[in-house]
Amino acid sequence: MSSAESLSALVDLALADVDASSDIGKLEEVRVRLLGKKGLLTEQLKGLGALSASERPAAGQRINDAKAAIHAALEMHRLRLEQTAMEKELAAGTIDVTLPGRGAEVGSLHPVTRTRLRIEQIFAKAGFQVVSGPEVEDDFHNFEALNIPKNHPARAMHDTFYFPDGRLLRTHTSPVQIRTMRSSAMPLAIIAPGRVYRIDSDMTHTPMFHQVEGMVIGEGVSFANLKSMLHTFFEQFFERSLGMRLRPSYFPFTEPSAEADIECVFCNGKGCRVCKHTGWLEILGCGMIHPNVLTAANIDPEKWQGYAFGMGIDRLAMLRYGVDDLRLFFENDLQFLKQFP
Amino acid sequence: MKVTYRWLQEFTPISASPAELAAQLTMTGLEVESLSPVAPPFSGVVVGEVLECGPHPDAEKLSLCRVTTDGENRLQIVCGAKNVRVGLKVAVAMVGAQLPNDVQIKRAKLRGQESNGMLCSARELGLGDEHDGIMELDNSVPLNEDVRTVLDLDDTVLEVNATPNRGDCMSVFGIARDYSAAQQRRYLQYSISPVAAGAQDAIFPVALDSADCPLLASRVIRGVKPNAQAPLWLRERLRRVGINSISAIVDITNYVMVELGQPMHAYDLAKLDQGISVRSAHVEERITLLDGKDYQLNPEYLVIADASGAVGLAGIMGGRRTAISDSTADVLLESAHFVPQAIAGRARRLGLFSDAGQRFERGVDPTLAAIAVERATSLLLACVGGIAGPVQVSGEVQAAVPEPHWVSLRRDRVTRLLGVEVPEAQIAAVLAAISDQAEASREGWRVHKPPHRFDVKIEADLIEEVARLRGFDSIPEIVATTLQSAGSATERRVPADRALYAMADRGYREIISYAFVDPALQQQLFPGTPSLNLANPISADLAAMRVSLWPGLVHACRENLRRQQSRARLFEMGTQFRLQSGTLQEVETLAGIATGERWPQQWGSRSEPVDFYDVKADVIAVLALTGDVSSVRFEPDSMPALRPGRTARIYRGAVAIGWLGEMHPQVAKTLNFPSTVFLFELELLSSLLLKPLNYTKISKFPSVRRDLAIVVDESVPLAVLQENVTVSASGLLSELRVFDVYRGPSIETGRKSVALGLILQDSSRTLTDVDADAVVTAVTTRLRDVLSATIRDQ
Repeated sequence: MSSAESLSALVDLALADVDASSDIGKLEEVRVRLLGKKGLLTEQLKGLGALSASERPAAGQRINDAKAAIHAALEMHRLRLEQTAMEKELAAGTIDVTLPGRGAEVGSLHPVTRTRLRIEQIFAKAGFQVVSGPEVEDDFHNFEALNIPKNHPARAMHDTFYFPDGRLLRTHTSPVQIRTMRSSAMPLAIIAPGRVYRIDSDMTHTPMFHQVEGMVIGEGVSFANLKSMLHTFFEQFFERSLGMRLRPSYFPFTEPSAEADIECVFCNGKGCRVCKHTGWLEILGCGMIHPNVLTAANIDPEKWQGYAFGMGIDRLAMLRYGVDDLRLFFENDLQFLKQFP
Repeated sequence: MKVTYRWLQEFTPISASPAELAAQLTMTGLEVESLSPVAPPFSGVVVGEVLECGPHPDAEKLSLCRVTTDGENRLQIVCGAKNVRVGLKVAVAMVGAQLPNDVQIKRAKLRGQESNGMLCSARELGLGDEHDGIMELDNSVPLNEDVRTVLDLDDTVLEVNATPNRGDCMSVFGIARDYSAAQQRRYLQYSISPVAAGAQDAIFPVALDSADCPLLASRVIRGVKPNAQAPLWLRERLRRVGINSISAIVDITNYVMVELGQPMHAYDLAKLDQGISVRSAHVEERITLLDGKDYQLNPEYLVIADASGAVGLAGIMGGRRTAISDSTADVLLESAHFVPQAIAGRARRLGLFSDAGQRFERGVDPTLAAIAVERATSLLLACVGGIAGPVQVSGEVQAAVPEPHWVSLRRDRVTRLLGVEVPEAQIAAVLAAISDQAEASREGWRVHKPPHRFDVKIEADLIEEVARLRGFDSIPEIVATTLQSAGSATERRVPADRALYAMADRGYREIISYAFVDPALQQQLFPGTPSLNLANPISADLAAMRVSLWPGLVHACRENLRRQQSRARLFEMGTQFRLQSGTLQEVETLAGIATGERWPQQWGSRSEPVDFYDVKADVIAVLALTGDVSSVRFEPDSMPALRPGRTARIYRGAVAIGWLGEMHPQVAKTLNFPSTVFLFELELLSSLLLKPLNYTKISKFPSVRRDLAIVVDESVPLAVLQENVTVSASGLLSELRVFDVYRGPSIETGRKSVALGLILQDSSRTLTDVDADAVVTAVTTRLRDVLSATIRDQ
């Protein structure tokens, strides 16, 4: 057998060994046996010296070719083995991605708070400042200064909680109007959200509830401006276009006074149980601030005029979220609270 | 109040349907709350007359009647009513008649006797619940007329909600007048022809001894038919507006009140002693009113009195002693004017509801007093007979009309207030429709205040009339020019909402609870703390203003545990009402409650109960919003609701800002909590003050870490360790971490090992091991000297 033939046999044998290596370790053994310092091919190269100068280049070339072929086969097989190993590892490491995550849960804001914050945002973007006032009030701020003297029939609409000393729990957020007018420079635009109290308890009344009061005073603030502000507010709040109408009504502290009705959000004004088949939902009281109220706050009604409105935050939350019993807001059942992220 | 469509039509032409009318009234400020037909649909019921009436041969309780409906034919009809009798005009449901509730009348045999129709009761026709017998129609009604026509049944009741300022609309005429002004621009005036006196000497003395009654019209009517009933049409109208029939005289005074808005009273003249006067009640004066109840009065009330004492509570309700009875022969009619402030609130104070009081406290047109007497007289004479005396008017009508008598309106003010230019002719037309005198002036108009409009006093009231009667829909929506000043976005305080979001993100659920709480629960948590208590709570367990948000949180938490929840993290932001040496302080507070497992139950982690430090981290998360946690301290303290040794008062600098602690086991046991409960509260104002944010230069040099396990007495709090480490680290300590607290076999009893990680860094150079070792030596030396600390494993 010529040396070329034996080299070729060696290569065949080597390639077979490479292919037969079942893991990286065995492959390494094959590599060392063939290409290591004392490897078979290395030995062959060492044997070149024994050849004649004329034979040497061709033999050297053959051996180097054989080395390259074996090297390539080794590399190829190594990659194959690595890939198999990776595939095995991945398969072994599969987890159930549908198992729940760990750690704390996320809590929630009360739906009335959500609603209040949205109302505040909408008005704040229109330039209103958010102000607040005390909940324990005196007769002056809750009634007298709002043009509701003692024995006024309008007091019958406010079943009031009293303290033994004559103070009371505010029945509306309107006293904040008085306090703000007395302490602020004109012109102004404010809203005053807060808790209010009336002696009442049924599906649509709770002894404590939330109102937001709004007031704008300027030199030419008009009833037409009030209409526009309210209509845009409702459309932003319900995020849809929505009919609105103002109806004449009566509040001692505004003149003219109006009730605002919006198109029923449940039946789109067609008439349903919620709107008592009228197509309208009564939602807010408003009007132009009564000159007596301005005068009582030391504001000249000849120079300044403005509008005021007050609405129930809870009522808006009920309409927005389809809550049909006001009392749910104050029962604080986790099953209820969890529905509002 | 209730009115009917047909009654309104008597005063003003109405072409709108009842539903359209309701919409028109609503849009001019008289909200119609409901519309209902006065009778359900039925047909085939006509007027008949009973010609013969005898017993049914085979049924004791039935009568066999012969009835005619056309004056010729006789129908045999079996009837079960007791009041059926010969000569009576009745409502006959003919064979084929369709009655309410799907009843159809057929020819029938009742106990063997043929019955060709039915004699109807009011209830069978859907007219109320009366079932005393068949309806007795007035003798004057013509035979064979459709009963719907005779009783005017194609009518609709409107329930109108007149606002408290519109006393003038608490009558059929008043609503018609407003409707006429709104829809027809016509000022409607009531006209009546006076009834001449038949007996000039029939007079009765009246004295007005109080300025609160400036006017009283009265009239004697002698010889009325006793025990009479008002005509069916009148009783039927009263029924439709929700007033029960009592007797002819009382029904008529009620009718006049509903029609005109003037409350009236009728006395049995024979029971009045000498004369009547109007005066303030005496101290502790007693009176029994028509409702049969006894009331004790005081001089705040006005009474009508005769020589023997009070005979009525003026403007509210008459007295029993002088009331009309079945035997009344002579009547005194009273129609007074009372100053609204003298009546306002009085009925409510006595727990009375009074139709008269409702009208007087809103203001009754003084010119009505005499008109109402004339109207009542003509009705009375027509149905109970008698002879009328002259109308007596005590006092002056003019004196009773409140000031001002004229109100001015400047034309530029209309545009300015409404924001829209209203044509002058339209303004003038509105003003002419609400007053008998409205004249142009240099600046606009002058309007004679109509005597019935107690709500029209100033210019703005007239502008309202212009807007209201033209309709608010006529005013466009105009976007206001924006206020040209900057809003605020403060960095002095953390916005309260930010704290809400922080709590929610920490897993807490926000609740809203009532600001009044159960005083018993509050006392359990805050024994001895004074609270502001309501004089008129809605119930005994909602009587005390909360001095803390804890009672509400505790209540909500317990309720949820009762509803099978085992873990709760709740918080609330709200006002607490603190009495500080008698002065009320409303303090905005953030508070929370935590109970149950540390984490919601989950796989792969051991279930452990929440502890103090879990909740402390939540509290810190809120306080960290200020960027200034380093000034926050938790100091051991005590309060009754919390467990001694596990209670901390929270300070920011020198200011106490809140509490954190475990609920006292005794309290928790009393309140039936199954597991440990933690509570915290933070006073918002001082907790959320934002530290001015100032950038500090970041060091470019690497930090070095040295860990120390320090053994100290149990009594040494971390805060003290920390303070000593900081002091001795000579400014190189950039962070101190506590990574373990250990007690165990290798540590003496009464001591603990605290593992500290000291992160050291300098802003101007890289620290060497020598630097770090020097710090460690300084720290250990100080801890040894000051706290008798030993160093473990070194």
